[in-house]
Order: sequence, then C-alpha cells, then structure tokens
Amino acid sequence: MKKELIELRVNSRSYELAVEPSKLLLDALRQDLQLTGSKRGCDDSSCGACTVQVDGVPMLSCTMLAASCERQEITTIEGVSGHGSLAAIQKAYGDWGGAQCGFCTPGFIMTVTHLLAENPRPTEEDIRGALSGNLCRCTGYSQMYQAIKAAIEAEQKGMAEAR
Amino acid sequence: MTDFSIIGKPIAMVDAAGKTTGSGKYTDDLNLPGMLVGRILHSPFPHARIKRIDTSRAAALDGVVAIVTGKDAPNPYGILPVGHDEHALALDKVRYVGDNVACVAAIDEATADQALELIDVEYEVLPAYFDPEESMKAEADLIHDNKPHNLEKDYHHVFGDPDKGFADADHVAEARFIANEVTHAAMEPHSTLAQFEIDSQTGKRGRLTVWSSTQVPYYLQHKLSLVLEMPMAQIRVIKPLVGGGFGGKSEVIPLEIIAAIAARAARAPVKITYTREEVFWAHRGRPRTIIDLKTCVKNDGRITAVKARVIQDGGAYCSYGVVTILYSGALLGALYDIPNIQYDGYRVLTNKPACGAMRGHGTVNVRFAFESQLDELAAKINLDPADIRQRNLLQPPCVTVNGLRVQSYGLPECIEKVVERSGWKQRKGKLPRSRGLGIACSHYVSGAANSIIRSDMPHSTVNIKIDRDGGVVVYTGASEIGQGSDTMTAQIAAETLGCSLGRVKIVAADTDLTPIDIGSYSSRVTFMAGNATLRAAEQVKKQIAAAAARKMSCAPEELIFRDDSVFRKNGHVGTAAFGRPAEQGSSASVSGRVEGQILRGSLQQKRKDEGPKDWMTFEEAVVAAIDFHGALTGTGSYAPPPEARGGKHKGGGVGPSPAYSYSAQVAEVSVDEETGEVTVHKVWAAHDCGRALNPVSVEGQIIGSVWMGMGQALTEEMVWKDGMLMNPGLLEYRSPSSVESPEVEPIIVESIDPEGPFGAKECSEGSLAATIPAIANAIYDAVGVRLHEVPFTPERVLAALRAQRGQKKINLTEGIDPTAPAKFREHGGSLWFRGKGPERHPLDPARREGPAEAAGGD
Ligand code: FES
Ligand code: FES
Repeated sequence: MKKELIELRVNSRSYELAVEPSKLLLDALRQDLQLTGSKRGCDDSSCGACTVQVDGVPMLSCTMLAASCERQEITTIEGVSGHGSLAAIQKAYGDWGGAQCGFCTPGFIMTVTHLLAENPRPTEEDIRGALSGNLCRCTGYSQMYQAIKAAIEAEQKGMAEAR
Repeated sequence: MTDFSIIGKPIAMVDAAGKTTGSGKYTDDLNLPGMLVGRILHSPFPHARIKRIDTSRAAALDGVVAIVTGKDAPNPYGILPVGHDEHALALDKVRYVGDNVACVAAIDEATADQALELIDVEYEVLPAYFDPEESMKAEADLIHDNKPHNLEKDYHHVFGDPDKGFADADHVAEARFIANEVTHAAMEPHSTLAQFEIDSQTGKRGRLTVWSSTQVPYYLQHKLSLVLEMPMAQIRVIKPLVGGGFGGKSEVIPLEIIAAIAARAARAPVKITYTREEVFWAHRGRPRTIIDLKTCVKNDGRITAVKARVIQDGGAYCSYGVVTILYSGALLGALYDIPNIQYDGYRVLTNKPACGAMRGHGTVNVRFAFESQLDELAAKINLDPADIRQRNLLQPPCVTVNGLRVQSYGLPECIEKVVERSGWKQRKGKLPRSRGLGIACSHYVSGAANSIIRSDMPHSTVNIKIDRDGGVVVYTGASEIGQGSDTMTAQIAAETLGCSLGRVKIVAADTDLTPIDIGSYSSRVTFMAGNATLRAAEQVKKQIAAAAARKMSCAPEELIFRDDSVFRKNGHVGTAAFGRPAEQGSSASVSGRVEGQILRGSLQQKRKDEGPKDWMTFEEAVVAAIDFHGALTGTGSYAPPPEARGGKHKGGGVGPSPAYSYSAQVAEVSVDEETGEVTVHKVWAAHDCGRALNPVSVEGQIIGSVWMGMGQALTEEMVWKDGMLMNPGLLEYRSPSSVESPEVEPIIVESIDPEGPFGAKECSEGSLAATIPAIANAIYDAVGVRLHEVPFTPERVLAALRAQRGQKKINLTEGIDPTAPAKFREHGGSLWFRGKGPERHPLDPARREGPAEAAGGD
C-alpha cells in the first residue's frame, strides 16, 4: 500500500508522518514516533492497554486509523507528566501499588485522567464503571481505587495550597 | 519490634515512575537499526506428521529476508532435564493446534504475514487425544514415541499407614473434583529480540544478545546454548521490564529460540512478539485436573488419612509437568497435620498446548478439592468449618509425614484473624437465603529447596559494589516481573547498610553483568535472592565498619549504620542526638554526594584536626574503607540448607522449601437462584508472609492472588473443541474486569521466619489456592449445593440447583463416564444433567447422539 503524508498532533506537538492509510494509530505512535508508552495487549480491542485520549476522550488506539486522527489532539501517557515530574495520579499509582508489572498502567492512567476531568469526585461505583474497559492481571484493581482517591486528595490539597 | 528504617515501610516500587509515565521499556518497546519482524506459522492440526514444507514461494516474496523451519534448530530442549521433548520449530510432527512450524523474518509485519500464507506444508493427519483418561488408553499413534500410553509420568506415594487411617476413621468423604484449564494471560504478550554480533578476531558471527520477556534469564541462556550449540559465555540474555508472568514466562517459550535462529539465518536482528492468540497457544498454564479424593476424620474432626488420585491433562509437551504432578501430592502436607497420605498422580499427554507452571503451581486444584471436602466433613460431624481447621494444625517446628520441614507457621493466627474480621462467629449461618460465608486455607513454598537442575550451585548470588561516590550498586540476577523484586533488593541492601534508598541502584537480570539467580518462579525471590542480598550487604558493611572503627577508635561491633551515617552504639542514638549537624539531614543524598565528591578533602582534614568523632557520614565511612581496602565489593549467595531439602523417596525433591507461607480466607457470596450467577461480595484474606518487607507490595500480591483465584473460581476457563481453543481472547476467556472484582481485605500476618531475610517468606502465590474453595464453601453455605467442578459458571450452579430441587442426590460429576469424552467434553466440559439442561441446538452433535434422541427426540 502506498504511503500518505499525514499530520498528527500528539502531546501538543505536530508531526508529519508518511503512513499507509491502513496504519493503526497505536502502530504510528509506537513505531513511527517511538512513543512506546501505549501498549498492545490484545488482538481484539479487549484490554485497554493502548488507551490514548483523542480530543480528551479515551479511545483504543489499536482500533483507530492514524490517518483518521488528523486535526485532533492526541494525548498519550508520555503527555501526562508535565514539567518533568509525576502528575498526582502517577505518583499515587506508584505509592499505592496501583501498578505492579505496569503494562496496563498507561492505559489505566489515560482512562482515569479523563474520569477525573469529567467527574472530580467520583464514587467507588463511578470509578469501577470507568475502569471496566481496561484489564489488569496483577492488581485485582483494589489498590488502583486507593491510588485514585489519594490522587484526588493530593490534587485538592495542591489546589488549596495554590489559593 | 525491631526498629527498621526502610524494612516494613510502605514504599513505591523503585521502578514505579518508569511504569506510570510509559518511559519504562518492555521487550516489544525496543528497536534496533535494521531490525526485522518475525512471524510464526502455526499448525492447524492437533496431531499430524509433517510430510513436506515448501518455503520457496514465500522466500521469493520481496521483503522476506529469511525463513526458518525445524531443520534449522534440530536439538530438542525442555525446561526440565527429564523433559527435553520440544523443538522450537516442529521437526517431523506437530502436536497441537498452534504448534510452531516455520518462521518468516521480513522487513515488516505485513510482508511477514503475507509470506506465511505462501508457505506450503503437507500434513498427514493423525488421530489425536484430547481427554487425559482417553489418552491413557492409547496404544498407537502416540504423541511422543517414548511415552507409552501417552503417560508423561506417574507417581505413587504412601506415607504413614493410610489403610489404618481409614480404618480408624469415624467419617469418610469421597468424591471426584474437576478443575478446568486456566492460563496466566499476563497483560504483556511474550516478546523476544535477538541480535548477533560479528566477532572482531574471527570476523565471523560471534556473540548473541537476546532481550526477552522472561522470568528465567539463566535458564533461557542455558537452553539457547543447547539448541544453538553455542557456549553459554557467548550468549547474553537481558530481561527488560516484564509485563507480568504468573509462571507463563518461567520456562523457555518457543519464540525465544525461534527469534535467535531467525536472527542467525537473516543475519540481522529479529524481534518476535506474540499476538494474544499466540499467547494462548504458548500457554503453559494450569492443567485441567481430575481429582478423586477421599478424606477421613474422627468424630472430633481430626484427619486420620487422605487418599488422592490426580490426573492432569498436561498437553503435548512435558514442560514443568513432572514437577506439577509432584507438587499436587507433596503439598497435601505442610498445611495441616495429616498422619497418613496416599497419593497417585498421573501426568498425561494430550494434543493441546503444553501446560506448565502457573501461580500456586500444582497445589491449587488439589487444594480446592481438599478444602471443599473438609467443609463437607465438618458439616457431617457438626463442627464449625473454622474449628475443624484449627483442630488439625501442625505443631512446628516439625517435619511432616512426607518429609517437609515446617518452622514458622502463621496459620493459626491467619484463621483467627479472618474469623474475627469477617464476623464469622456472628454471621455464619445467619445470613439471608442465597447469601453465604465460606472459609478455606492454603500454603505455598518460599522457593523450592531443590533447583530444577540438581546441583550444589547456590540458587541466588548477589554482588554489591560501592565506589567513592557513595552509590551502592546491587547486581542481582533476580527477575523483576512486577512483583517487586528490585524494590525488595534495594530495601534489604539499604537497610543493612543503613543508607537511604535513593543511594541504591539495582542492576538486574542481565547474564553478562549479574551473577546467577535461577529465576522468578516458585515464589523464591524474596527468600533466596533476599538472603543473598543481605549477605552481600553484610560483607560490604564489614569492610566499611572496619575502616570506620579505626577512624573512630572503637571496635567495629560498636558501630551502628543508619540514616546515611555510621555512629557509635554507646553514644547518643538518634539522628539529631549524636552530634551530627542537623542541616545535613538524614537522607539528603544530593548534599551527601556534593560533600562526598567535592568537599571530601577539606572535610577529612577538618576531622583529622578534630580527632576521633563518634559519628561519620556514610560517604566518609565509604571513602575511609576504600582508602583502606581498595574498591568495595561484596558478594553473597544463598542455597537452601540440607535439612530443608526433603525426603529421599522418588520425587521427594519437589515440595520441600526452606519456609512455607500460609493463608486463611473467608469469602462472602450470594447466588442468584434464577440464573445460577455467583457474586463474590468480599474476601478477607490473611496471609503469613513471615515479615512484610514492603506492606504495599505484600498487600498487592495478596489481593492479586485472591483476585486471580476468584477468576478461576467463577469465570476463567479454556474451552476446547477437538483441540481447538474456542476462546483465545481476553474477553472470551473472561478475565474479570473492575466491575466483576470484589473487595479484598488483605490481612498481613507476620510469623518472622528464622531463616528468611529479616524473617520474610513468600507472599505472591500462597493466597490463590484458598480463594476457590472459600468461594465453593460459601456457595454451599448460601444455597446448600456442593460444586465439584471449577469454574462455578452459572450453568454449572444452575444445574446443581435444579438437581437439588428435584430432590436428587447432588454430585455434579455423577454419571459422567470419563471414558466417554464426547458426552463429557462438549463445550469444553460443561456438565449438563441429561435431559435437564436447556434445549440444545438441533445441530449440536451431543444432541444428535445424546439420550434425548434415543428417547424419541428429533
Ligand atoms: S491493544 Fe488491547 S484494546 Fe487496544
Ligand atoms: S499491573 Fe500488571 S497488568 Fe496491571
């Protein structure tokens, strides 16, 4: 298949890429841009390890064509930690054991940051619902809930301090 | 309690940031210039002879660089020395759907996939065996010619006097239990990248470097050397981050060797990453197990004897099979005091992907049967199920009837704690109908006392290097796979040396750099690599202490290492109190390094002027020691003590461990009697891990084990039809999502093992096995049906409930003739009562042949 030139905006930067029209967003990120934080865990869009945000909405990058994402703002896990330090949610995932092997973690964090943007005070029910599209084989999810709660608290504390 | 500064504190894993930011590299994230992509051609038949492979059409495709087949690596291998029955690529026969036939290395995935289509293979299809009891009758068309009756191995053990035990008993329970096949499904699909270098001296192909998602880099190095006929010294195996193993990466997986032979043929680096479907074929999971179990008790609840006959459906290759079947019998002991045990174990070959080691290796399915039966007996003699367990406790230190040495034993406390936290005494039996509580226990080894390859080699060795910068570099072969191995190592080193965690760097699992550690399996790392780290750190500490003591004019024994400083015991204890300037802080590694590197000279001068002090900073002490001894290095090894290595009987090498972990759990479930659906509301899990080195990690491991046990108990099952896996995807396999996962309350019990590092034992596997019977027993409590087959899917639960309503004796396996797999196995072993299950589709072969038709059905 002949390649086409596309322009992708990833983590607030623009990239020009030559890709086959059939190229998946996940492969474009991992292979062409070397952004390997997004993972491939399955063949059938069942695991969520490849989750990125497209215009702020979590999407499975393994089921999207790279070419279809032109003119959209893509955020990957690499775009979450600003200013060279961990975002509250990333710190909390580490502190509370939300990540063991870590393979599912980028996908989860992309899902969780969206959840918290939409719903800053989610109930445990909300959290469980939001995470249900991402699979983890290590943690049994429990420590992720603690991490998310801790991140919310840290954010609020940070905001209070900033005021 | 001993006062530690790092041990026992909940800390983030040392590699956490790499995982949460996506910057950590797993094998598939690596790329090399000129790297090719490898794709594998798999067998479409469960059992067939390969008559001809023609790769010429594929080779002619533009972009294809090399194609390799069995001829390119004819040496057999296998993880066990007794089980060298695999070829990376099939030589003459394929033995399961998915067996590896050829590999294409091409410039990209699309080209490689296209080339696979162009490989012509002519097969002669052979009769295949899918059911172990059927397979054992085979006379011809054996799966491996040297295994008559397709029997991989059988063991027959008698400990004590089981017949007398049975005669002495007041009550007997006897039943058949079945646990269906499950797999690890680690989130990271297996991946391997292989590259050859050109040797500067010979100008020819030289060393091989392999990056792989493995739990056992040294075994991989060993098997690569065997198959590629290269000395081990010419092979370097590097383990990048691994996205979960659970046993699925604890042996050499075909792609690891295939990538190397493809790289050799292609003269370029080759990376192969399995698709999820290929991961299911690679498998090595927990075998489908048929357990005929008989347990006898006295009226007071004391167990007098246990007899188990276990058949495991091992799949097409040996893998860890011989060990699995031995664990199933050996770990009948070491949990309770059982005076008489008879065990007959059969590991059988079938034409399905090989089963191997999976979390709780060999113990899980038998534990399900045993704990269910114990519950049944408790009901029979009207004893509280928690009490019957308490009446059968071991009295350690002791050696069990089958030769297992038990020292630390936190089981009594585990039972007490879960009973208390779950409100067992107040709530058991008083919950509304269809809601219930169940209890069960389990245990596991903290590493096997005998390694797979019998030798006197230490199981773990760790080196430590400290240079003038005051940085502590720990070189360990232990494999971090998400369980926290690197963090445990850093904690032990830092605690022993009294330095901050930030000072410690871990170099792990790289066969060129790190000394041998046999790998991350059988929950051995904390106990064995932890002990090796402790010894290495103590050795270095001794050298530092000797130098520091000279400077401080005291005996080395008087020194205490803590908070990045070294001070005298008799002086003032506590960071601020012993004269140390407060502004230096206790863990300020940055200022420490500045001081260490730049200001050292002047500081030393100052010290000299002031005469002997009663404290020094860690860097000052290190520099003093380096001035005194030269470079600071230490090494420590661990080999299990001879007393812990078990009995002399055949197969007695499997089961012994330097220490066992213990778990007791209570599960609360409800059963929907209309649909048969079981919901687990909460699991209380108490686990004796000796000492929790990092409580967050310990709790994470307990929760993860319980969760995985719950998956096996309720939903996970590999469904086979004529050797084809019907559900090779994470959704169809039904790995539980967050909405299906219960709350798990982990309870840490610390028994402080006399030989564990700081008293620690394993915490990553032992909890899994108790969850399944705890749920089974809770279902019994809720609705009064005793389930004999895992997973407890709605159809199985419903069938049992229906039988109960029909006032029929409940035994799910009743009437199932193991010699008639066609009736038994359709839909992978779903059990319907004849004529009582839902309507079958008219085209369902079981319906056409079934008794319904004989009775005049369509
Ligand atoms: S890789 Fe599994 S959902 Fe995208
Ligand atoms: S942390 Fe390993 S899969 Fe989630």
